[in-house]
Amino acid sequence: MHNTPLFPKDMKGDFYSCHFEKGKQEDTIILNLGPQHPSTHGVLRILCEMDGEYVLRAEPVLGYLHRMQEKMGEIKYPAQYMNNMGRVDYLNPMSWNWAFVGAAEKVMGVEVSERCEYARVIAMELSRIASHLVGWGAWILDLGATTPILYAFDDREDVLDIIQELCGSRLTNVYFRVGGVCKDITPRAVQLIKEFIPSMRKRIPMYHALVTKNMILRGRIEGIGIIDRDVCNRYGCTGPVSRGAGIAHDTRRAEPHSVYPKLDFNIPVYTEACSMARYKVRLDEIEQSLNILEQCIEQMPAEGDVLPAKNIKFNTKLPAGEAYYAVEGARGKVGVWIASDGGKYPYRVKLRAPGFCSLSCFAEVAKGMLLADAIAVLGSLDLVIPEVDR
Amino acid sequence: MQEICTFFENIPPLALDVLWLVAVLILVIAYITVCALLLVYLERKVAGFVQRRPGPYEVGPYGILQSACDAVKLVVKQIIKPAHVDPGLYFLAPILSFFPVLLLFLPLPFSRLLTGMNVNLGILLVLAFSGINVIAVLLAGVSSNNKFGLLGAARGVSQSVAYEIPLLLSTLAIAMMTGSLSFTEIVEGQGGWPWQWNIILQPVAFVIFIFSMFGETNRLPFDLPEGESELTGGFHTEYSGMGFGLFFLAEYANMVVVCSIATALFLGGYKGPFLDGPWWFLAKSWTLLFFMLWVRFTYPRIRFDQMLNLNWKWLLPLGVLNLLATAFAMKFFPVVANFFGFGGAA
Amino acid sequence: MKCLMNVVLYVTDIAKGLWSLVVGLAITGRYALSRHKTVRYPFAVVAKENTETFRGPIELVGLPKDPSTPKCISCMLCVQACPSNCISVKKQAAPKMTPEQQKAFDEAVARGENPKKPAAPRNPAEYHYDFTYCSLCACCVEACPVNSIRFSHELYLAGTRREDFNMDLLARLKRTAAKDAQKAAKPAATDPATTTAAVGAGKATAEEATA
Repeated sequence: MHNTPLFPKDMKGDFYSCHFEKGKQEDTIILNLGPQHPSTHGVLRILCEMDGEYVLRAEPVLGYLHRMQEKMGEIKYPAQYMNNMGRVDYLNPMSWNWAFVGAAEKVMGVEVSERCEYARVIAMELSRIASHLVGWGAWILDLGATTPILYAFDDREDVLDIIQELCGSRLTNVYFRVGGVCKDITPRAVQLIKEFIPSMRKRIPMYHALVTKNMILRGRIEGIGIIDRDVCNRYGCTGPVSRGAGIAHDTRRAEPHSVYPKLDFNIPVYTEACSMARYKVRLDEIEQSLNILEQCIEQMPAEGDVLPAKNIKFNTKLPAGEAYYAVEGARGKVGVWIASDGGKYPYRVKLRAPGFCSLSCFAEVAKGMLLADAIAVLGSLDLVIPEVDR
Repeated sequence: MQEICTFFENIPPLALDVLWLVAVLILVIAYITVCALLLVYLERKVAGFVQRRPGPYEVGPYGILQSACDAVKLVVKQIIKPAHVDPGLYFLAPILSFFPVLLLFLPLPFSRLLTGMNVNLGILLVLAFSGINVIAVLLAGVSSNNKFGLLGAARGVSQSVAYEIPLLLSTLAIAMMTGSLSFTEIVEGQGGWPWQWNIILQPVAFVIFIFSMFGETNRLPFDLPEGESELTGGFHTEYSGMGFGLFFLAEYANMVVVCSIATALFLGGYKGPFLDGPWWFLAKSWTLLFFMLWVRFTYPRIRFDQMLNLNWKWLLPLGVLNLLATAFAMKFFPVVANFFGFGGAA
Repeated sequence: MKCLMNVVLYVTDIAKGLWSLVVGLAITGRYALSRHKTVRYPFAVVAKENTETFRGPIELVGLPKDPSTPKCISCMLCVQACPSNCISVKKQAAPKMTPEQQKAFDEAVARGENPKKPAAPRNPAEYHYDFTYCSLCACCVEACPVNSIRFSHELYLAGTRREDFNMDLLARLKRTAAKDAQKAAKPAATDPATTTAAVGAGKATAEEATA
């Protein structure tokens, strides 16, 4: 075996297909889903061995959107690196913002005011709602319904309006700063949030009536793609994937940080472990995020400095030390570990992407599934490929 | 006037038939083109309105010329032949998918007289020629040297073959009631008002027909051969330009055909409460077409095995039962009616 | 009995499922008749209050007294702060001394004094900004010690060439300053009373011409 050439001459294709093809059975075809495929949400590539419509083996191939985010952290000042944090996961940038800022503040020993914490929670929950809306809509689009995604985007636009009021950008938001946020919450933002909460609450029953209760959709996702507790534990799945499998783990509660202990919200948990459970967790989380937003608006102290202290500049160095900070992103636990040796730039920045763990279990889950189901399960993981590849 | 009449009388009947057929075919092609353009426009408008946006509005008034521009774009686009395809089959497939559709339009009864070819076996003709589409899908998928195409073709064949049976069963129930396979006679057997339509007597057959209609034309929720989120484009993944355009045209033409058939069989065809004529036929069939578009932008796609299950486990038994019940009623209803001294239609 | 219950449940399940399809159609139908949510862009634009907070490409801030000259002091902090190296600033060179000045300077040096060379103006000679690389991170805005950089609210930015986004911010500042000056001058002219008067005058002149 050892003298088998890496690229056998009689095999066509690249490294991955060559090696995937080695275990091929007779009468099967190797199907290459992606990297340009409508339902891989970007440039994920999945090699599938197909027996007719059934997936015998599947292997995700990553790295088509690798942007060296972690390496960039080692060649930039923390403040300069912040804009990368808006781009790791473009659907839910605030959680990455917070994870990095949290880790940097831990290293530097900086505390922020309570008003700032509330501002961060508001940004975070808005971002979560926006992310779940896109995840929901795009997934239903994978299942063939073209309309729900546009209804979701309709609501998401309202969220983006608020986020724009907060930080000036609609996508790739960079709201957080080491030691604060970039702009105080304006009265107009508060007004917009107050208008948004009831309108979004009215829309959720419509989502359920149009999509959740739909006979065809239920047939497509109920009981499909079981990712149970065991699989979650083995692959490190977090977020809606693990909460759909009955693991009531939410970083906001498990590792209380910021003002989350003061806020009253539930962690939606379903035990079915199927795609439907993950779906329901997401929609319930939107409602819970609305509750959090409502409380934040009420409880937020009117006074307090939210802008970073004057002595924190773009070229502020991190003191020697290391820290890990995790927050609950829309896709699961978002963690950033920074190690600094006191030099100009951080020595190492490690980003823990929840999508990577969720995707890892796909190869195991997709075995023996119909192709259409495999696509449905892939959508239920709510992957954002830039985040997976980093 | 006299001269013209004698002129026509002097033409041999065969030549007259051929002339008539050519004229009808030209008209049918024109109608298909208009229908396709209108349907594309309507589809995009329906999609737009359902999704709370205006749809095309830039080209022409209300964007009405948008689909014409699309057509021009499709025609002038390069037809790409991928490597390792079977050129003969590859180019035969779109032609084979489109041209049988022309024949499907011939027996459609737009009005009592406005029928391309008033044949006694209209239903049979339509069902027979609609089967050719399956071959086109199969050839397209197999010849294009693409795994998505192959899977799409496999899906398309099993789906079309499966859904033809309930379609046939539901039409048979109507044919049995009317005692004819001719569309004109079936329409003549119905009245102008909605309660005189066949849909009242045959609701089950109508429901089966509607389901099979979506299945036959590969429309969402049954658009599995194309299934763009799974198979990128299914059987027409590798087609570009007018190759794709012909599939596209055939799909829309098929939609028009099945909706027209449903109108003739169940909804009273060209008959209306007043002023019988083709306008009623068009209005009814376009309402059905609109319904098809509306459904497309509401539901997710059904899964492949579920679709076949729905067909074999539900529509087929229901169709058979419905046919048996119809036969039973046809046999015994006159007896019972005579016995009680009412009716006596048959 | 249990079997019967199951059958009933099964049938109601199917009925519910079919009803859900009708409900779905009703929802999409209702939305089809509702008002559109989109803005027909070339004919209509987003409300101004929505674009006011939008952070577009950066622009320079002019001096309050002289809006066409930036507050910028060419300190190069923005150039250093930019993580994508999209700002390039060129300092102004010190003005060349005239022969007399040069002579006086040389004499002063010969006398053992420490004369001052004429200082270069603090404003930058060139301020180029490549928007194609910019990630709108606000590092430059926050680093600027004199608040000479701010985000513009330019939402509808379009170009046909890559070079269109390589902006000369000094020229841009001059343009906007000129525009603002025009606008400031205009209100007097566009004042309703004066406009009607002007229109009336125009009419009068026209009448005179025809007469």
